[in-house]
Amino acid sequence: MTTLNINGVDQELDISDDMPILWAIRDIAQLTGTKFGCGMAQCGACTVHLDGMAIRSCITPASVAVGKKITTIEHISQDKVGQAVQAAWSEIDVVQCGYCQSGQIMSATALLASNPKPSDADIDAAMSGNICRCGTYPRIRAAIHQAASKLA
Amino acid sequence: MNAPLNISRRQFIKATAFIAGGLVIAFTIPHAKRFLLPGKEEAVAGAAKLPEPNAFLRIGTDNSITVLLAHSEMGQSIWTTLPMLIAEELDADWDSIKVEHAPAAPAYIHTAYGLQITGGSSTTWSEFDRYRQAGALTRALLLSAAAEKLGVPVAALFTDNGAVVHGDQRIPYGELAEAASQLATPTAVTLKDPKDWKIIGKATKRLDGPEKINGTAKFGMDVQFEGLMTAMVARSPVFGGQVKSYDDSAVLKVKGVHKVVQVPTGVAVIADHYWAAKQGREALKVEWDLGPAVSMDSKTLFDEYRALAAKEGLTAAQAGDNAAAFAAGGKLIEAEYQLPFLAHSPMEPLNCAIHIKDDSCEVWTGTQMPGNDQAAVAKVTGLKAEQITIHTPFLGGGFGRRANPAADFVTEAAHVAKAAGMPVKTVWSREDDVKGGFYRPMYLHKARIALGADGMPAAWEHRCVGQSIMKGTPFEAFMIKNGVDATSVEGIADSAYLKNVPNHKVELHTTESVVRVLWWRSVGHSHTAFVMESLIDEAAHASGKDALEYRRSLLKGHPRHLAALNLAAEKAGWGSTLPAGRFRGIAVHESFGSYVAQVAEISIEEGAVKVHRVVCAIDCGLVVNPDSLVAQMESSIAFGLGAALQSEISFKAGEVEQSNFHNYQVLRMSAMPVVEVHIVPSTDKMGGAGEPGVPPIAPAVTNAIFAATGKRIRSLPIGNQLAEA
Repeated sequence: MTTLNINGVDQELDISDDMPILWAIRDIAQLTGTKFGCGMAQCGACTVHLDGMAIRSCITPASVAVGKKITTIEHISQDKVGQAVQAAWSEIDVVQCGYCQSGQIMSATALLASNPKPSDADIDAAMSGNICRCGTYPRIRAAIHQAASKLA
Repeated sequence: MNAPLNISRRQFIKATAFIAGGLVIAFTIPHAKRFLLPGKEEAVAGAAKLPEPNAFLRIGTDNSITVLLAHSEMGQSIWTTLPMLIAEELDADWDSIKVEHAPAAPAYIHTAYGLQITGGSSTTWSEFDRYRQAGALTRALLLSAAAEKLGVPVAALFTDNGAVVHGDQRIPYGELAEAASQLATPTAVTLKDPKDWKIIGKATKRLDGPEKINGTAKFGMDVQFEGLMTAMVARSPVFGGQVKSYDDSAVLKVKGVHKVVQVPTGVAVIADHYWAAKQGREALKVEWDLGPAVSMDSKTLFDEYRALAAKEGLTAAQAGDNAAAFAAGGKLIEAEYQLPFLAHSPMEPLNCAIHIKDDSCEVWTGTQMPGNDQAAVAKVTGLKAEQITIHTPFLGGGFGRRANPAADFVTEAAHVAKAAGMPVKTVWSREDDVKGGFYRPMYLHKARIALGADGMPAAWEHRCVGQSIMKGTPFEAFMIKNGVDATSVEGIADSAYLKNVPNHKVELHTTESVVRVLWWRSVGHSHTAFVMESLIDEAAHASGKDALEYRRSLLKGHPRHLAALNLAAEKAGWGSTLPAGRFRGIAVHESFGSYVAQVAEISIEEGAVKVHRVVCAIDCGLVVNPDSLVAQMESSIAFGLGAALQSEISFKAGEVEQSNFHNYQVLRMSAMPVVEVHIVPSTDKMGGAGEPGVPPIAPAVTNAIFAATGKRIRSLPIGNQLAEA
């Protein structure tokens, strides 16, 4: 049994140490908001926060998260920055198919937490690991700027 | 706008569920049997079929209005657009609208295509009447019910924001639903005059926004229930290969693995969860009979295509006398263009969950063709189609991959579930998806153009070489004529430019391959627009004319092309001075009934193209939701630009060389240009929105590259061709 703290709750999970956090969250803890997209940290759909840092959960073994706090999309509204990001996403109507958006929101929240007023170049650098096949990029960029201004 | 009705039987009601404390009266589908598979229809009197309103919406006693979608939401926003049509005619309270995907059922057959499908950028125009009529019919029933209840004539009543109003009295629809559902449907319905529209034409926020922002939206991948296993299938690394033998001794030692079963497409590992299935599959040893495609190589394939292009093909379009026109001389342009296979790569890898029971079966999959998938599962399980329920969660992107007449991933999942004898969700890894085929076909085009004394094309010979998408599908009968698949040459054979070229001939060589191909967002236009718009640019340059003026001259008599072209050019400031190092390219293309022009503004930085800004103009006729149209243009530009810049599926020694997003590259945020979308005000015939923005972007960019460098990009992706120059 491995104890993972997911969204503020300690959970005893019957998993191997090498199981990526993604599958522990999705298949064992049954929180499906975090998505599987590539399995090799290429697309960002699986982005969650580990002690506030954005990580790609598809390649990060569960053992790495022991003793740390995992935050997923289901809990990000509890965070002031996360809430502002979600509000901006709604206002600008960012989503299309929606599959990548959990990861986009988690990456954007981590960006704003560390850089409250990112430039376009900062956004490119922080968000280029998150692929959106629907091409919602212009709206993501606008929503990040909007969340930044609301938080300022 | 009175339309005849042919509904005579009484509607039935059925109390199906309690939601939010209120009894929901569900209008059922009493006449479902009236619509059977093509060729088996019962005679239906009258040509104009009005919809059964009850198939398209339910009104709950809690005043909720649930709209059932005959099409699948995969990003294009029909989850919002179709309810807008119903809500408009129903005078519904927009806040009371709920949405569900309809089941696979004959009532939801596409009004134009004859089967249940989301594709061809057709949802909004094909449902524009049906969904409005469903709203109007329901409104009429509610008015009648209210009139009966109040003992007043219908003329004394009106509807407003989810209620029937009589003087000071408002009766919410929920209070009338049960009575309304017992009334005979009216025999005529009047649709609103467009000037009275309150919802249609107004930018409306997505109804699926909140759940896609908070992580609660359910995709096929998210289906979970007690006892559901996860499977991964080991498939042949070469298309057409077969399992010779396999050794699963190490697989069964992996914790969480339950079974290993052979299926027609390979060997499936059945496990408790994805991680166990993946580890199990890695431990599996399969010996393959790779078959004849083991020597397949993209370079060789292009050589074969080139050899074919040297010969005359089947005629797809012809006018005048090309031979005489070429003999007359004039400046000659000869060019060969090539485009690779492309994978759709939706963000949600393919998956399908199936629970086969004794006399029924449930299927959960993000699909663009639920009826086709239902038939595919019936074939594998031996059950009847009506015993199979297709649940369609949200699609994590489709782009055509989830509308497969061959139903590949659903058929395979049915085999897996059947062989495993337990409910199984078959999940594809990204690598499986990239390597899994059903690609946009690779194409080679060869063109010869003779310019007249005025610099305009006097003769045009155009040969296309590539695989047919429609061959072997239910669409073959009406899409392939005299051996020519219309989608192989669409955008060329029917080009507006060629209509003004007095002598032209378009020919096609259809090739065969073990690589299975499929429509990829914008279908044939995804290669033909690149070639046509590049060739027009070549001709403009050869004649010493401005690229915009040249197009204007050659598009005489095509006002919708011109309207889009002129609007994009004007908004982009075509002809005005650009900052040093910036260059523009332009392209215009008609597809799916819509007309899109784009101007790309680029620079060349360190041997690579950087696209800064794209100005896009579209005429798609009447627009239901302007903001979702803008979003579709942004989306199409991102999709097409990513492919133009970097995407390619290639073969070496029979195997696909790409595997994941590190080498099958798609557009990322850092390469996304600023996009400005302008809508041509139009009341013309409605066209599509999901695809028509894709075709012009590649040539707009490569034409800008030519303006910047003098290098004509004749092969996609652009890749590192500029660094090599």
